[in-house]
Amino acid sequence: MDKNKRLKDFEGLIRECVKCGVCQAHCPTYLVNKKEGSVARGKIALAAALLDKEADLEERLQEDISMCLMCGSCLDKCPNKVPTNEIVGAIRREITDNQGLSLIGKGVSAVLSHKILIKTLGKGGALMSPLLLKTVPESSGLRLRFPSPVMKDRTVPKVPFRNLFERVPEFTEADEGKGIVGFFAGCALTYIYPEIGKIMIDILLRMGYSVYVPRSQGCCGVPALSSGNGELVTDLAGRNVDAFDGENVEHIVTACASCNGGIGEHYRSMKADFSEFTGKVVDFSVFLKQNGLFEELEAMDKWQNGIRVTYHDPCHLKTQGIVDAPRELLKNLPNVDFVEMEKASSCCGLGGTFSLYHYNTSKNIGAIKLSGIKESGAELVATGCPGCIMQLQDIINHGNLKVKAVHILSLLAQALE
Amino acid sequence: MNQEIIKELIEIVGEDNLTTDQIDKITHSYDATQKKYFPDVVVYASNTEEISRIVKIANKWNVPLIPRGAGSGLSGGSVPVQGGIVLVLTRMDKILEIDSENLIAQVEPGVITAELQRQVEKVDLFYPPDPASKEFSTLGGNVAECAGGPRCVKYGVTKEYILGLEVVTPTGEIIRTGGVTLKNVVGYDLTKLFVGSEGTLGIITKITLKLLPKPAAKKTMLIQFSSIDGAAQSVSAIISEKIIPTTLEFMDKATINCIRGKSDIPIPENSQAILIVEVDGDIETLEKQAEKILAVIEPFGIIDTRIAETHEESEKIWGVRRIVSPSLGKINPDKFNEDIVVPRSKVPDMIRSLEKISEKYDIPIVNFGHAGDGNIHVNIMVDMQQDGMEQTVEKVMEEVFEAAIGLRGSISGEHGIGISKAKYMKMELDEATLSCMKKIKNALDPGNILNPGKIFIEQQGGV
Repeated sequence: MDKNKRLKDFEGLIRECVKCGVCQAHCPTYLVNKKEGSVARGKIALAAALLDKEADLEERLQEDISMCLMCGSCLDKCPNKVPTNEIVGAIRREITDNQGLSLIGKGVSAVLSHKILIKTLGKGGALMSPLLLKTVPESSGLRLRFPSPVMKDRTVPKVPFRNLFERVPEFTEADEGKGIVGFFAGCALTYIYPEIGKIMIDILLRMGYSVYVPRSQGCCGVPALSSGNGELVTDLAGRNVDAFDGENVEHIVTACASCNGGIGEHYRSMKADFSEFTGKVVDFSVFLKQNGLFEELEAMDKWQNGIRVTYHDPCHLKTQGIVDAPRELLKNLPNVDFVEMEKASSCCGLGGTFSLYHYNTSKNIGAIKLSGIKESGAELVATGCPGCIMQLQDIINHGNLKVKAVHILSLLAQALE
Repeated sequence: MNQEIIKELIEIVGEDNLTTDQIDKITHSYDATQKKYFPDVVVYASNTEEISRIVKIANKWNVPLIPRGAGSGLSGGSVPVQGGIVLVLTRMDKILEIDSENLIAQVEPGVITAELQRQVEKVDLFYPPDPASKEFSTLGGNVAECAGGPRCVKYGVTKEYILGLEVVTPTGEIIRTGGVTLKNVVGYDLTKLFVGSEGTLGIITKITLKLLPKPAAKKTMLIQFSSIDGAAQSVSAIISEKIIPTTLEFMDKATINCIRGKSDIPIPENSQAILIVEVDGDIETLEKQAEKILAVIEPFGIIDTRIAETHEESEKIWGVRRIVSPSLGKINPDKFNEDIVVPRSKVPDMIRSLEKISEKYDIPIVNFGHAGDGNIHVNIMVDMQQDGMEQTVEKVMEEVFEAAIGLRGSISGEHGIGISKAKYMKMELDEATLSCMKKIKNALDPGNILNPGKIFIEQQGGV
């Protein structure tokens, strides 16, 4: 059964939009192309037009609906809290339901079914390495994010030979018996950056928690959601809930902001009740803060030549109000000389499957960050989302800066060595 | 619309910058008044010459032309009530010059107000007008509507900061008004004529702005009163004491009831009115000003005073003001937001009149706003589904306007007339004055091409 909300389920919220225009200041796509169809207010007007039968799911509407990163920045600042990101998701699912896969290649509306994708990949000279294709499951968001031949000059990370599941046991018991923490690794930390996933697990063990990394966990569903594949979202949500049922976990830690938003926030907005599961989901920075690691770090001697590091806010953390914990973590690291940058909270431009279809817009959104990164004088841009890291490195490379994008956990590991 | 017109427009802006698609008509049909009128075609302009040619085509074919910025206006200035061409200026968004030696800036009309402020503040300069929409409204729109904001108590409204303009007239000529100097008396002051003309007299394509040195610091205070009278008297007392704060915002009992429990700052049950006072200037004078203000208002029934010592505390105070608008919807589904203005000393009288009107019609009226310059946001909260509500609202509005005009005030302080207040113009302006305005409009725009159906009620529904 499809557990996703339909467009008409949002009717009340859609009518709450008062057209004030506040979203214009916060929508990454609008800030780049300055078109009303790109901004939340325009999309809400279109959603209302669909409900009122003034418009149908025509191609031009699909273009505007595809111009959304589903980052939630507009919702964060909306005086009436109209959830444009969820409403866009609902419209994309309607498009899928009505037109299936017939529009593939025309926009995000073209739903990414894995079978079709594999065919496209075979033909298109994909940038994703063949090794990754072999290792990544068919339902993984990575397939949805980086398979496109459109993205000719994108910087794509090298893929390691052994994934996270081949590096760590499914269950590791700690001596202290502090309880069991589940780790939701997500596709990127499993297949592209398994070393970061490993760091997370080691830190949890070091803090005295037993760690459960169920093999049956799937993709968080953000790329499927972004591409309007409701069936896949429902499927993944069920699978992930079941996966963590195996052990008595008190918390489910994530080290990927998108996954955190995916399993922690998004399932909450579906029709079925996932609150028991979503209530356990916590971002690593918040978890480490709540469980005393920050004090331990603060007590360490500061390095003499700390690395100058700035922080990028992933949208999926920022919109949940998680902005202080990651910064505090960085400030407490003995090896880091933290510096704030301008436009720290401006989106990197990746946005689920967005960059796949609108690579130029995506790059332009990210490029807004360049001057801030440069002016900060930082050697590293640290963040808590592997998606952002990939996108930031691409932007930095195109901007000819000598800066590296890294996960905060890499710096933490260095401090604890 | 005639395909020939579309063809001619495409020749100017190219196919990518013009659309007649239903979807684009929908997304360019509204502004913050939530009224909806569909354009026939939407055009994105990128320079003055293009605009001049577009205006000439509109004249040739006798088609309405409506300039549009962020579409965040509150009086319908940018909605195409008679259809026609909506001309979007958001992409003309370059800051052309910031001149620290002469304290001026030159910008294109699509520049976002707050973005200009951030850029000039980097070099210790200051552009004061701060409409609530400053983070997304455009300077072109600010000029066209003569936008205000909380800081206007001390610094005045947009028109005080416009030194010169480049304008495309309704017949397509490109003219330049004013200049870059503070003094300039050559010919009529056309600059002032175009500021606040609501897109009916010309399309603003370049703006020369006056800047000030950035104040060194500011101090924010939140004061709660046991009665609205006490708060209103405090406003008068502060002004009579010859202290001009940067901002002097007030909230009445109805407003407080909407936000109680939602703010970071506790609001006790007996709090009947709130003033937010901010002063700016040199650090040394700030303390003195703040002390003086607190001394002056001391007799007026204060139940709590909070002075922000840090930026975060100041933000907490402004947070109380910011949650007002979103909280209002909880009283009733529909809101009529008026922006009357009265002489500062008459704020207490106006508040009393509003309370009486509210009682008489048994309709909640929530009042807050810029008490320091007498500009009160009157929010008439109703449920339009109720029988006869439309007529009741009309009567309430008329009485509110009558009360404001009776106190030598005005029916609009900063939102403009547009379509929202066109029918009330006669209450404030006599026939001769209105006729003078119409003559100016007719002289500049003989074909009534530019933004028709606005300001003057007679023109609605076609010429």
